[in-house]
Amino acid sequence: MAFIRTLEVRDVDLETPEPKRRRRHGLLPFSPWHLLLMPLALIFALPLVQMVLTSFMTDAEINSFPPKFIPSSLNVAGYTGFFGDSLAPRWLLNTVIVATISVCSHLVLCSLAGYGYARLKFRGRNFGFFAIVATIMIPTQLLMIPTYVMFSKLGVVDTLAAAFIPWLTSAFGIFLMRQFFLALPRELEEAGEIDGLTTFGVFRRIVLPLAKPALATLAVFTLLNSWNDLIWPLTAISNQDNFTIQVGLTTFQGTRRTQWAELMAGNVVATMPLIIGFLMAQRHFIATMTFSGLKG
Amino acid sequence: MTIQLDRPPESTAFRVDPQLRAKQKRARRRRQDVVGWSFVGISTLVVIGLSIFPAGWAFFISRKKWNLLSPAKDVGWKNYQTMVNDPEVWDAVKHTLFFTALFVPLSIFMGMLIAVALNQRIKFVGFYRTAIFIPFVASAAATGILAGFVFEPNYGSANDLLRRLGLPSQPWLESPTQAMIVIVIIALWGQVGFCVVVYLAALQDIPQDIVEAALIDGANRRQVFRYVTIPELAPVTVFTAVWQTITALQLFDLVYTTTRGGPVNSTVTLVYYVYKVAFQESRFGYGAAVSYGLFALTMIVTLFMVWYSRRTKIEAF
Repeated sequence: MAFIRTLEVRDVDLETPEPKRRRRHGLLPFSPWHLLLMPLALIFALPLVQMVLTSFMTDAEINSFPPKFIPSSLNVAGYTGFFGDSLAPRWLLNTVIVATISVCSHLVLCSLAGYGYARLKFRGRNFGFFAIVATIMIPTQLLMIPTYVMFSKLGVVDTLAAAFIPWLTSAFGIFLMRQFFLALPRELEEAGEIDGLTTFGVFRRIVLPLAKPALATLAVFTLLNSWNDLIWPLTAISNQDNFTIQVGLTTFQGTRRTQWAELMAGNVVATMPLIIGFLMAQRHFIATMTFSGLKG
Repeated sequence: MTIQLDRPPESTAFRVDPQLRAKQKRARRRRQDVVGWSFVGISTLVVIGLSIFPAGWAFFISRKKWNLLSPAKDVGWKNYQTMVNDPEVWDAVKHTLFFTALFVPLSIFMGMLIAVALNQRIKFVGFYRTAIFIPFVASAAATGILAGFVFEPNYGSANDLLRRLGLPSQPWLESPTQAMIVIVIIALWGQVGFCVVVYLAALQDIPQDIVEAALIDGANRRQVFRYVTIPELAPVTVFTAVWQTITALQLFDLVYTTTRGGPVNSTVTLVYYVYKVAFQESRFGYGAAVSYGLFALTMIVTLFMVWYSRRTKIEAF
């Protein structure tokens, strides 16, 4: 299965393109590829730049004709408006809580289960692993209604728990960690066993320190998914106090259709943490997406 | 000639009582079971409890009339009959397939093209890569609001650009015929980065000696691309196509954050319809039935793609 083959952790070398033949630019003083890439890069990046710039405009500036791109002054009315007219600080805090719990829980549970299914021998192992792999094929939309009903029976509807329970662990994460552990050389673990470590000791002291790249990948993927998740908190949480920033933003959008400065400020607040994180850890982030391909 | 290997006589000092040995073996197995399940137990339970169990339960819900407040009423297959005769469902199927048919080929084509371009040794590649990938981290909520601003009919930048080019401005998301196309554009803006990265990694996996062999045999660069690169990328293409199709058939977030199904229901996709029926009209049984219908549609489309790729001898699954 290709999708299993693609799920191996490896460092993707994005810096060195294929060894190049002679440069032949023909009539142009630069490579013709720039003619394709430059406009595309602008199309992809400019809306985000515009989002940031617009968040610093006054409403009058935004509604002026022809439209302005650069604000005349650094106006923070959008931000004060967004934070003043909504429970935004609360929503941000909620999102941070949800993302933190999701990432920590993912790291612990997926690495434990991944190691168990990769290395340990016990009865029911094949059955358990088969069940986990089978769930990869179940689409989210099929789970929307029963999960909501289940949450309402368990009394977690309208609490923050409804936003992070779906992200406690995942078949994908377990699978990812298992693939990583399978590729580790066994000798180190055997040496640890000979030195008298328990199974958990081997896992904790030998295997986990080696698993940092896989754990980083898993953390990035979980952060992205839990921070940007819309469908679970949207269906299960109707109490404004427990909104995540994404749900808050969409309801805010519903009530202020045209107050663009405030909406853009909200957008910046909801997106910037991930964008800054992305710019700082870009290499790793892209390597993650290469073999995961999971979003939302 | 045979070589006689002398076997040392078994020392009685090391002989273990077989009964004791069996007992020890059992104890060791039990210990292994406990250790094993203490590693995998919680995760396995959570995964099963949050997907296999609810997926099965959804089927029972789909055979009921239930608004969660009054007790559920068993209606047999009636929800499925309603679904087949519901014109709104067929409209949603149409919108979903329209989106999928545009989004999947375009995202694969653009992904491959941009990846090939980014694989050249030219200046600013790092900048291009960052710029093209960065929309991928923006959430659907943020993307939807931003799209609402860019495609605003009066002062949005999309129409501003058209006016500067001397073209008539468009209603974009406010037109029933254009809204879904705009959503395709927005989805591409956010998702192409993913395809690019997948293809970029695949391009770097192509063994250089095949390319060199083709060049020595006198192939030009276009022929190398056509007869070496594209066939080498085929498994990745199948994988990406299946993946993007499954994602596309489940389109919900972007519709919710841009048009909420409008104008005139022209962007109601199947998942959006499930959401509307279940969470806005409290018809949970019917919603579950429609979500099973979508599951079936997804399976059919996916299996067809896998079957087709196998028939054309592309090994991807």
